[in-house]
Amino acid sequence: MATDSQFATWEVFMQTKPGANYIHAGSVHASDKKMALQNARDTYTRRGEGTSIWVVPSDAIVASNPDDNEMFFDPANDKVYRLPTFYVMPEGAKAI
Amino acid sequence: MTEQQALYKYCLILGDNALIHSYRLSEWCSNAPILEEDLALTNFSLDMIGRAQALLSYAGKIDGKGKTDDDLAYRRGEREFYNHLLKEMPNGDFANTIAKLLFTSAYEYYFFNELQHSADKTLAAIAAKTIKEVKYHMAHATDWVLRLGDGTDESHHRIQKAVNELWMYTGELFETNEATAILEDKNIAVDMAVVKAKWKQEIERVLTEATLTVPKDQYMQTGGSKGVHSEYLGHILSEMQYLQRAYPEAIW
Amino acid sequence: MELLEKTDKIQEELLKNFEIKIDRGDAIEPRDKMPDGYRKHLIRQMSQHAHSEVIGMQPEGNWITRAPSLRAKQILLAKIQDEGGHGLYLYSAAETLGISRDEMIAQLHSGKAKYSNIFNYPALTWADIGAIGWLVDGAAIVNQVSLQRTSYGPYSRAMVRICKEESFHQRQGYEIMSKMMKGTKDQQGMAQDAMNRWWWPSLMMFGPHDSESPHTGDAFKWKIKRSSNDELRQKFIDKTVQQAEVIGLTIPDKDLKWNEAKGHYHHGPINWNEFYSVIGGGGPCNKQRMAHHIKVHNEGEWVRSAAKAYQEKKEKKLLHL
Repeated sequence: MATDSQFATWEVFMQTKPGANYIHAGSVHASDKKMALQNARDTYTRRGEGTSIWVVPSDAIVASNPDDNEMFFDPANDKVYRLPTFYVMPEGAKAI
Repeated sequence: MTEQQALYKYCLILGDNALIHSYRLSEWCSNAPILEEDLALTNFSLDMIGRAQALLSYAGKIDGKGKTDDDLAYRRGEREFYNHLLKEMPNGDFANTIAKLLFTSAYEYYFFNELQHSADKTLAAIAAKTIKEVKYHMAHATDWVLRLGDGTDESHHRIQKAVNELWMYTGELFETNEATAILEDKNIAVDMAVVKAKWKQEIERVLTEATLTVPKDQYMQTGGSKGVHSEYLGHILSEMQYLQRAYPEAIW
Repeated sequence: MELLEKTDKIQEELLKNFEIKIDRGDAIEPRDKMPDGYRKHLIRQMSQHAHSEVIGMQPEGNWITRAPSLRAKQILLAKIQDEGGHGLYLYSAAETLGISRDEMIAQLHSGKAKYSNIFNYPALTWADIGAIGWLVDGAAIVNQVSLQRTSYGPYSRAMVRICKEESFHQRQGYEIMSKMMKGTKDQQGMAQDAMNRWWWPSLMMFGPHDSESPHTGDAFKWKIKRSSNDELRQKFIDKTVQQAEVIGLTIPDKDLKWNEAKGHYHHGPINWNEFYSVIGGGGPCNKQRMAHHIKVHNEGEWVRSAAKAYQEKKEKKLLHL
């Protein structure tokens, strides 16, 4: 938006400890990448919550459409053979 | 001047610099150009208050008269403060605040890098913690100087003006005095010539990249280390110390 | 005509699906279908909430430079910074509904969007900083805890984060009050005076009595609002009275009485005339708060333009490489 005085929005993803998944924390406004990263730092890590930050322009996020939820997600529900509990193990077998 | 007196003075200079700069930055609270920047400037101010606490507490300990960090912050008069004049200059516009932050944070970055090797273990430890903070302040200030310098005509003009007007307060940062001389001999204080050379190089690099003109050296203001300040400091103190002065018996 | 009927039907269907989800207790997410009324209600409530956090920085900001110790200054600054951060989280949650922060700020400046009435009162002495933290934040927290279960996902998530961070706010205010009550006569006087001035406006923060409150119907049905104004107000009074007693402060309500049968405190009548006149612009600080916000916004314009121009120049350079 050309007339917007508040800069573009960026989505912020935080890693709270080394090795952990990055989790969406919220968003910030910024005019460039460096500013986005610094603003995310100053906004979302005030209590030592972060070890690493990703920022992504909000308009670069592609989201699934809730209307598609049935075709997207339901077909996976009956594929129980993808889970280890589906299999019958002979009694006495160890470390499997 | 004894070594103890010199160290006391040295800690007061460092502590007052952090305290007075934190005061000015805290004035930005709810005044920044965008909400995110409000949080950033507050963070810097908080870093500086923390540093002031550490340094003034240590000063009180060296002095040995039972004075706390608060006693030193809230019960000294105008002529007993030793911060650089640069710190007490009014915030002015955002460009002025950023120019001041760049000059100060770059100075502090190189200064504390040296001080972390100090023979005084307490100062070395404070320095090691401070480097991390001021490195971030410097990155933030540098980015903004680039944006303002190479942004619009107006921003270029404003940041150049701020750089020019504050330049005469930068000489004082590298001054030596009786206290620093005594402490340098003991490997406690920092060699200012080293700090100055690095600072100058970095500032010239940033200003040039920001399409700004590096000011010519000119007459430099001085006085902070002798407790001779601008008129602004008295107003800072009268506001900051108001409750402690008005209700001397009260504990807050 | 036929087409209109068809769209009506689709709308009806959507509304039904939406209400099934709400009844099931599912969170509503930004891309889910939602009735216009739901979206509008949320935008109004969330932007008002965000503006309140940001305008709320002003009365406390009034005391930053005069905080009486380094510790007090540090805490106050961190607290006000939190308010700014919380405003930011809420703007960001509201933006998922399709309104920009720029538009929300414009609505604040035009008077279309409101902020909490409480910030139209002045912070006169240091004890006011205690009273604001203890009473005003205390009241806000009661409301916010309840809103953690609100039906709109981004709002609820913002509330969870805010509640976690704000748990120190009320404590810092109460600590100030308790220190002052243990202090000199002057300090005790200041603390009681602040209590007297902030108690009633704090009760008004929960809004009109349930019997008088507009909008509550849909807000309850859609699970935006989870507790009524009077329920929340009662919760706040019940817990605050004891805290006041512990540190020796008197609640300025001669009708305040414990009701054994109900298990609640009974309180005296709230001066709603004052409430409505402050909302209508008659508070001591309405003009000052808005003027400040507008001035800062306008003064920052050249900075924001510069940052944008800088980025555009950089992008252009990249294209020509």
